[in-house]
Amino acid sequence: MSPAQSTLLAAGEASQHRPLIITLFAVFVAATLVITVWAGRQTKDAADFYAGGRQFTAFQNGLAVSGDYMSAASFLGIAGAIALFGYDGFLYSIGFLVAWLVALLLVAEPLRNSGRYTMGDVLAYRMRQRPVRTAAGTSTIVVSIFYLLAQMAGAGVLVSLLLGITSDAGKIGIVALVGVLMIVYVTIGGMKGTTWVQMVKAVLLIAGALLLTFLVLLKFHFNVSDLLGKAADNSGKGSPFLQPGLKYGATGTTKLDFLSLGLALVLGTAGLPHILIRFYTVPTAKAARKSVNWAIGLIGAFYLMTLALGFGAAALIKPDEIIASNKSGNTAAPLLALHLGGVDSDWGAILLASISAVAFATILAVVAGLTLASSSSFAHDIYANVIKKGTATDKEEVRAARWASVGIGAVSIVLGALARDLNVAGLVALAFAVAASANLPTILYSLFWKRFTTSGALWSIYGGLVTAVGLVLFSPVVSGKETSMFPHVDFHWFPLENPGIISIPVGFLLGVVGTLLSKERPDAAKYAELEVRSLTGTGAH
Amino acid sequence: MATETPPPSKEQHRLPSAEEFVAEQSSAEFGELRRAHRSFAFPVTVGFIAWYLLYVLLSNYADGFMGTKVVGNINVAFVLGLAQFLTTFLIAWGYSRHAAADLDPKAAAIKSRMEGDA
Repeated sequence: MSPAQSTLLAAGEASQHRPLIITLFAVFVAATLVITVWAGRQTKDAADFYAGGRQFTAFQNGLAVSGDYMSAASFLGIAGAIALFGYDGFLYSIGFLVAWLVALLLVAEPLRNSGRYTMGDVLAYRMRQRPVRTAAGTSTIVVSIFYLLAQMAGAGVLVSLLLGITSDAGKIGIVALVGVLMIVYVTIGGMKGTTWVQMVKAVLLIAGALLLTFLVLLKFHFNVSDLLGKAADNSGKGSPFLQPGLKYGATGTTKLDFLSLGLALVLGTAGLPHILIRFYTVPTAKAARKSVNWAIGLIGAFYLMTLALGFGAAALIKPDEIIASNKSGNTAAPLLALHLGGVDSDWGAILLASISAVAFATILAVVAGLTLASSSSFAHDIYANVIKKGTATDKEEVRAARWASVGIGAVSIVLGALARDLNVAGLVALAFAVAASANLPTILYSLFWKRFTTSGALWSIYGGLVTAVGLVLFSPVVSGKETSMFPHVDFHWFPLENPGIISIPVGFLLGVVGTLLSKERPDAAKYAELEVRSLTGTGAH
Repeated sequence: MATETPPPSKEQHRLPSAEEFVAEQSSAEFGELRRAHRSFAFPVTVGFIAWYLLYVLLSNYADGFMGTKVVGNINVAFVLGLAQFLTTFLIAWGYSRHAAADLDPKAAAIKSRMEGDA
């Protein structure tokens, strides 16, 4: 997403709609700041800051989970990928959705029952605290920073595009604004504020998608087959547009890459720290289960709507116009809004502005969730349990979390500004791969494998992490291709963009190898405690 | 936008001792709960991951089959894709029914016994 590719909206349409778009952005920001200050006043102890006081209802948390999960990548990215590549764009949504079953069946309830504030609580439960907390904190921060960086850089590109800002200073300004807002949400509002922001965003996003879906279907008299036929014709690609293969079917390597991506998507979700900590915001494991069910319903319905948006954009807008606006198709949804309302009409302008504001809200809510997850893990896992060895008071811990979010926010602003012209969209898939390779194996072994030990956990977390990050470093995501982060150098030797197909089995395998090779005996009493607590909720916080 | 939820229940339940957890883990009642959870969650997880991977492999390597028209412009690829959505919703619903019927009562009984004063 370089500036050269993103001129269309910028040049003509965006600047003309700018006042309206800015007004809607400002309204959203003002509303969320009011919520944040209100939530901040209600935030008194550590359980409030980290877990929103554990008093959200299953439906509220289900909405917030959806708000946390449906990033700009899924709203704009999937709609755009469908608009340009047809069916292959839809493949993402399926992996993103099916993945929730892993969280539902194996992770959400045991985590809620046995942990307090972070993923590290469960990973370190029966292990030696300091090394495992350090590993869990490291992997949480790495996953979150990759994810955050992709969102921040994406926000810079997207928002400047929607507002018609082309200067470097303008883009850096937007990255900084997003960064400052997310720091404010997290430091002042904690989990309560962040959860409300995510709920508001989820409602706006679903309402926006519903409206566009309705308008698209109305145009085609609710005949889905006609919509698909028109999309295939207008795309210039004919019936292959409606089949898998346009994006991933080119060669044996791209097919393998798709398999690798599919694995990372389906196994990554249940290892994403910012998703996992959401389960602590409800009072019981049963409520955690219900919130996952709400999330599955809402996210599933939303992805079905992105089908209508993507194919609608393909049917109603010339592919050249979509590509001219943004090469990856990321502005297909806003463009669709403009076309549905009428390019030169007020109604078109209002729709475009509303969908742009929804996209902005989406980015803000997701970055806030990521900042909260990483600063919580820093404060609770690393500061309180490793550095202070468990002697920190609640107050000191929360203060550390607030400062950590300022630090993480500042780092993300700098990295996001530096990466503003790099193609960092691949980092989201990488975050999923790291989560699936480093976090999920340890979560599952900890909960379900009696024999698992501290060395197994360390081998699995660090081994999965290093393998996933290492392979990406030497993949075409980073160098060697026109679409790479650094297109002008080439040090890639790993052919796939997604490391999952190697790094996920490695993560699982190293957990077993590390356990079997060490002489350490598992702590049977601690496992008894974890197992009974995780399944029954005895002594749950 | 006030939260109408009741204040957190702060009453402290008794936290069982390490010995009690060890004894509970090997009790028949807990063994039954563990079996009820695992005998559903494990095979279903293997099943839906296999079904998802089958779908991914078909998308990759069975172009002709996936492109077969079913109704109008809707082909096998769409039908299978939507079937993934459907099975996801059904599994979530089925697990929740199973949990409410078979897991929650057992878990609640153990929890109240362990946290009680008896």
